[in-house]
Amino acid sequence: MSALRSGTAVLTATALATTLAGCGGDEQPARSKVVTVLAAASLTEAFTDLKKQVEDAHPDVEVRVSFAASSTIVQQVNNHADADVVALADEKAGKTLKPDVLGSAAPRLFATNRLMIATPADNPAHVTGLDSLTSSSVDTVLCAPQVPCGRAAKSVLAKGHVTPHVVSYEQDVKATLAKVRLGEADAAIVYVTDVTAAGTSVRGVALKPDQNVTTRLPIYALNDDEGTRAFVDAVTSSTGRKVLTTRGFGAP
Amino acid sequence: MTRERATTGGPGAPARSVLAIPAALALVLLLLPLVALLSRVRWGSLGSALSTAGAGEAVSLSIRTTLTTVVLCALLGTPLAWVLARSTGRWLPWLRAVVTVPLVLPPVVGGVALLVAWGREGLVGGPIHDWFGWTIPYSWVRVVLAETFVSMPFYVLAVEGAMRALDGRYDAVAATLGASPWRTFRSVVVPMVLPGVAAGATLAWARALGEFGATITFAGSFPGRTQTAPLAVYQALEIDPDAATALSMVMLLVCVAVLALLRGRWWR
Repeated sequence: MSALRSGTAVLTATALATTLAGCGGDEQPARSKVVTVLAAASLTEAFTDLKKQVEDAHPDVEVRVSFAASSTIVQQVNNHADADVVALADEKAGKTLKPDVLGSAAPRLFATNRLMIATPADNPAHVTGLDSLTSSSVDTVLCAPQVPCGRAAKSVLAKGHVTPHVVSYEQDVKATLAKVRLGEADAAIVYVTDVTAAGTSVRGVALKPDQNVTTRLPIYALNDDEGTRAFVDAVTSSTGRKVLTTRGFGAP
Repeated sequence: MTRERATTGGPGAPARSVLAIPAALALVLLLLPLVALLSRVRWGSLGSALSTAGAGEAVSLSIRTTLTTVVLCALLGTPLAWVLARSTGRWLPWLRAVVTVPLVLPPVVGGVALLVAWGREGLVGGPIHDWFGWTIPYSWVRVVLAETFVSMPFYVLAVEGAMRALDGRYDAVAATLGASPWRTFRSVVVPMVLPGVAAGATLAWARALGEFGATITFAGSFPGRTQTAPLAVYQALEIDPDAATALSMVMLLVCVAVLALLRGRWWR
């Protein structure tokens, strides 16, 4: 069918261009020890920094990090996905990890996080605080209720006795923030660290301290391999603390 | 399309036994997951699992939006198929390629494309928002837009194929009898390609029902409003795997029922 043929031609050209672009010189030292880290979406920037630090300090270790909602990570790990280190956004998510995959691994709390309202940079709905979200003209996005940031947002809203006009429940905190970054929503309740990471593309509106909640992030080492230890040590060391503090996390 | 079967020797027994192994493997690959799904359903607690997953409103939303999508495909896609089937311009291959792109595009990319087109800061959505202060709401409208984007190509290509197989002399005869192009299209072409329309509509409907990536990207996920059945399955898997399998089974039944219904009608 010529419809398919012309479609294929377009595809072939695109694929060719991609392949050619991908042919850079990637000569890296052989890294024999691979550590697979599954981490909460809110850790994207901090753990990307830490991955680099660990790889610089251990030339034979390769760190592979995958970021997703904590609930997604738990579901994957419970279904025996390949993972050496698991870092989640709150303790409750950790409690849903199955004992048979955890083995003797115990959680270590390595950071804390707080919530904040994020709006587009120009704050079109003039959001000044939690109470602004009661207006039906303010489109708000929240994390899905099974995701840690969704749980935290729920308790913030309960504390402030606020019922927002929610247009969507997103699968993780970065997806929630993306709706605001794209100007698709007027407000989102996300972590302080996400607002920090987004820089000038969003505006952060602080919550009153008595309305806010603190989440504590646990990390699990699922085995005793060298790479696993190197990464977990880096996260819980003073250098790790420095990286996490720079990204807006609090001390546990 | 019917093609003469190769007659030299026919499909002999040795060839059949050699082919039987990969054929059986293919069957296992296709059927095993479905059997596993059915085996995991806890029939005793089916009702409560379905309510955990929010099955009622999710399936209802899915049925409403996919049917709307099929109607949109038929209303807009049939004329487009006709244009593709009967035009001869040099731009035609390009036009056809453009129609085919959403077919092969990863749906989530389609969702991003829809966002930057219709979103509040989008190519079209931006000016509309600036001038009228209105954006396409996060409702079934966005779901239908996403579903139409991904399923229209299936419909158009199926109907175009049927129209091209139609003898061009019917048009000519209708024209000599004084029928306008519109009348020819309506009274001659469409009735004769109805089986193609049915096949295209079924394909488009099935594609729309399975839609996930474009919907979650463009329409978000809100129970009862934009959370279609596949989105509900995805979310249920993170809350309660039993709820996810229960709702998956309901979707499987809906699909099988619709295919069985159509099979008696148009396919043999």
